[in-house]
Amino acid sequence: MSEVHEIEIRDTAASAAAAAKQLPRPSDEELQDMSGEKMVLNMGPSHPSTHGVLRIVLELDGEIITKATPDIGYLHRGDEKIAENMTWTQFIPYTDRLDYLAPLANNVAYALAVEKLLGIHDKLPPRCQYIRVICAELARISSHLLGVGCFAMDVGALTVFLLTFTEREKIYNLCESLSGARFTTSYTRIGGVSRDTPPGWCAAVRQFLQEVVVNITEMETLLTRNRIWVDRTKDVGVISKETAIDYGLSGPNLRASGVSYDLRKDQPYLCYPELEFDVPVGSVGDCYDRYLVRMEEMRQSVRIVHQCLDKIPGGFDNATKEPVNVTDGKIVLPAKKKVLSSMEELIHQFMLVTEGVNCPPGEIYFGHENPKGELGFYLNSKGGGTPYRMKIRSPSFVNLSILSHLMPGHMMSDTVAILGSLDFVMGECDR
Amino acid sequence: MTATLSAKKLQARFGDLLPEWTEFRGEISLRLADAEHIAEISTVAKNELGFDYLVDVSSVDNYGTDPRWTVVYHLYGIATKEYLRIYTQVSEEKSELPTVTGVWRTADWHEREIYDMMGIRFRGHPDLRRIIMWEGYPYHPLRKDFPVTGKPSELPEVAFSQTAPIEGGPFVTAPGAPDAISREPRVRVPEN
Repeated sequence: MSEVHEIEIRDTAASAAAAAKQLPRPSDEELQDMSGEKMVLNMGPSHPSTHGVLRIVLELDGEIITKATPDIGYLHRGDEKIAENMTWTQFIPYTDRLDYLAPLANNVAYALAVEKLLGIHDKLPPRCQYIRVICAELARISSHLLGVGCFAMDVGALTVFLLTFTEREKIYNLCESLSGARFTTSYTRIGGVSRDTPPGWCAAVRQFLQEVVVNITEMETLLTRNRIWVDRTKDVGVISKETAIDYGLSGPNLRASGVSYDLRKDQPYLCYPELEFDVPVGSVGDCYDRYLVRMEEMRQSVRIVHQCLDKIPGGFDNATKEPVNVTDGKIVLPAKKKVLSSMEELIHQFMLVTEGVNCPPGEIYFGHENPKGELGFYLNSKGGGTPYRMKIRSPSFVNLSILSHLMPGHMMSDTVAILGSLDFVMGECDR
Repeated sequence: MTATLSAKKLQARFGDLLPEWTEFRGEISLRLADAEHIAEISTVAKNELGFDYLVDVSSVDNYGTDPRWTVVYHLYGIATKEYLRIYTQVSEEKSELPTVTGVWRTADWHEREIYDMMGIRFRGHPDLRRIIMWEGYPYHPLRKDFPVTGKPSELPEVAFSQTAPIEGGPFVTAPGAPDAISREPRVRVPEN
């Protein structure tokens, strides 16, 4: 015999309404006050995810950001002012301290800018050009490794950071054997580089390239299809094509928004026209695209360096004694041996050290595709060995200016994802 | 379209406002005679000549000459792949010109930086505050008459103006000297 059970379906809505009636109801005035109450949160200048000393004053409505005011300048050292008081060559060490995650790229950018002012940028010996491209691309790999590693760490994936730092350590070792310094390389000189590659260096670079792709693939398997990573980055911090151009973004941040603007292709310099590489471009312009673009750029950099190593004039250890500097004694320091034995070289050396490289009067702008974006130097010379005015157009400074437009409407926790994906460095931003 | 052509087009359109252009190392510099028209010319350059990307805005202090300030705009067309430099001069008494933030929003921070470092004001700028130095800092450090050693301010620990410990010593570079010989003399004789 079947039994019939009576089931009482409770009207939950009605009981909730009844319960609510018992509670003291806030007046309309009070409700208005609650929704209008905003909290101001000061983020930084010392915060792990601000990658240095960026301060952002966030105005929050609950978890939603309603206003963001970036405050920069905590690392201002007056590089532009300092530059006016020293010779062109003396400024090279200061360029190490702009984007201190890719000092080699800054060295190359600055040397190229001064060479453009001198009018010798297309007379550089081929070996020098190849060495500089290798340097710039190693710096790009190094910077992107850190950029992606810190980005992942900020949103909670710590393992990636450990992987990237293992690889960066190898780049530092390469820097050390190339220039003598791990961090502050100061490797380039006006008209060339400070010295040729040491014996075995090119082979070590080849070895490194083979190792780094393994780790890049490892990073990709950890992140690209990781559910948490995708949730944290996809459709977060979307920058449209027009907005990106309007705010002057450059580098991977601009390309992630779908603008194929790469100075290595559009305004070719050094030996880039002889090299084959692709420019990865994003489609949406969110944090996830910026991550993907950086990952692909690293692979392209590996490809470029491989080609450079194949083509480098003089071979790995320069058996044919290819020059790495221009031959003009009024630009490049002569060999020390000659200085001590020959009058002309002695005079050149003396003049270069005391007066600096004699640049013609004029003004130039040179933009270099740095890992973070377009690092530009506007050099204004009145002639002589010192700049009259040097303006450094730093990519991080310009990239950060979008923050106050980008942040509002996002959740508080998206802040770190957005900051991580923009990949800025304050040494360059504040100069 | 080359930058030369763009420069000529702008010149034909604005006539006396753009009296001359120079070429140096393949770069075209256009001089704008009256800084008041910078926004107008920028709009035309962006909308009609395709200079959609403002690379940089910088300023030069021509200390001792009149007009004292030069403001330099670096324009770039992403599709045309051409650079164009427009510069204009502003006198010290005026120290003011219209903003171009309405044309390119990236000008916002560049102009704030110029205001901070040089003290040139941009009329119509939505938020003209200091950007690198703090609010209330009394000087404009990139001016040529501001010494590298700094000047005293209300926050002496932050912007210190005291001489460095070995400054004046025989092997210390003296900043701001007119030439390399007085900047780095072999022997520096104490003055008194």
